[in-house]
Amino acid sequence: PPPAGCESLSAFRSPESLKQTPLYDFHRHHGGKMVAFAGWSLPVQYTHSHLESHLHTRQCCSLFDVSHMLQTKVLGRDRVKFLESLVVGDIAELKPNQGALTLFTNEKGGILDDLIVTSTSEQHLYVVSNAGCMDKDLALMQDRVKELKAAGCDVDLEVSDNALLALQGPAMTQVLQAGVSDDLGKLPFMSSAMMGVFGVPSCRVTRCGYTGEDGVEISVPAGRATELAELLLRVPTVQLAGLAARDSLRLEAGLCLYGNDIDESTTPVEASLIWTLGKRRRVAMDFPGASVIMAQIKEKPKRKRVGLISTGPPVRQHTLIVGPQGKAVGEVTSGCPSPCLLKNIGMGYVEAEHSKLGTALTVEVRKKSHPAFVTKMPFVPTHYYTQK
Amino acid sequence: MATLALRRVGLSRLSLARPRSPGLSPPPPAWPAWPQARSLSAGALLLAARKFTDKHEWISVENGIGTVGISNFAQEALGDVVYCSLPEVGTKLNKQDEFGALESVKAASELYSPLTGEVTEVNTALADNPGLVNKSCYEDGWLMKMTVDNPSELDELMSEDAYEKYVKSIEE
Repeated sequence: PPPAGCESLSAFRSPESLKQTPLYDFHRHHGGKMVAFAGWSLPVQYTHSHLESHLHTRQCCSLFDVSHMLQTKVLGRDRVKFLESLVVGDIAELKPNQGALTLFTNEKGGILDDLIVTSTSEQHLYVVSNAGCMDKDLALMQDRVKELKAAGCDVDLEVSDNALLALQGPAMTQVLQAGVSDDLGKLPFMSSAMMGVFGVPSCRVTRCGYTGEDGVEISVPAGRATELAELLLRVPTVQLAGLAARDSLRLEAGLCLYGNDIDESTTPVEASLIWTLGKRRRVAMDFPGASVIMAQIKEKPKRKRVGLISTGPPVRQHTLIVGPQGKAVGEVTSGCPSPCLLKNIGMGYVEAEHSKLGTALTVEVRKKSHPAFVTKMPFVPTHYYTQK
Repeated sequence: MATLALRRVGLSRLSLARPRSPGLSPPPPAWPAWPQARSLSAGALLLAARKFTDKHEWISVENGIGTVGISNFAQEALGDVVYCSLPEVGTKLNKQDEFGALESVKAASELYSPLTGEVTEVNTALADNPGLVNKSCYEDGWLMKMTVDNPSELDELMSEDAYEKYVKSIEE
């Protein structure tokens, strides 16, 4: 799913001003260490260490509260036309209950947010976007709704107050299948269905995630969220995981965090997200910023987002990337020591001439240079359930 | 500074329940349990002499050489240490100079010299086993040793009691 929020873990606010998800008491009860994130009070970890939690997700299954994400329903006959006026993807081609990662862009080609759109069989689009971008996403969509309505179109927005639980890891199917009557074997990656989950009716289960593992996100009515989380946690293979593990898992999977790796100053071309542009949309050039973005594809961008592996101390956001002549060629946007690879991984933007796989560069950590090279992403193989 | 915020503010509201595997040994007491027989030994004297900075480093001085590490509170807040950046022997440090950093998966945390002096030794065991900082922050997980050029600076550091109170105050 789209990454959570654009604020770093250090962006603290006074606790009173923080929003709480329907699982707030559940987190406290289970030893969650609460921190401020994108205006929300969320657990950074629970009683297990960050490392244990990360590895458990890769080996078994972890439960994350991602209720801070903005969930919106787009209703009305003209819902596809509406959304396509704001994003780069081909929404019309989505089959019933199929979803896709797409981007809100501005007229300059900058990325306003990343989001998952599912074309549900219940006559609405289900949109999940970032908590940190909630205000601007809502303003963007509401303004366009007004414009289209004034022009006689049929479109409406409904913000959902459902909780959102992410169950991620290779044991997910085994855990969830025991609580649903639908065959999860028939729910491939990026597809979605309404179902009862462990007796909780009206859950939307979408096969997606932010860890690189097989997994689902379950949109559950707020009043039954804690009950469902407790039931899932009762399964011995399931552990709780917080923001810390979520961040290192998504980085190993090569997934962008909005506000770190992509923002309004980066285009889909620079961000190596050209694959999100719909073919039909590229021909029609009818998405926001199309002229800038299509010109950049043709002329090649000046900089590109790449993966890096380095030795020495881990790279972090803002670590300088230096080229062969000792000249700065870019900056790291996310980095950490990879718990699975036991190597330092990072992603960042470098001048295009240094973006080829295998290019030797150096990174500057605390005024010392350390070797790095450009690596393909994901760093750790993903395990999405893509079978039919 | 973000990392410092994480270390000093972000996790300061947490309970100090140790983030270790469940089912293993029970959490160690907040204070090292020294065997009775050693209560008057050098260990006890060392313990008594340990002084703390407000940035959560400790130093204990013996025969004019200070051994430096980070506190239990700091190692818990930082989480699993996976990399230690330590200074070279011979580095001259002023009090509060940055002398290295400890890295966990989620953050880097800079280290600051508690005193003025010269680095005489670094803990080379940490290169292969950085987790010693978590397992034994007051013993095997020490970071460096240094000369004490200005012994009066020791008086500016917190005693163990004062540091305990300090940690409690920032946890609230």
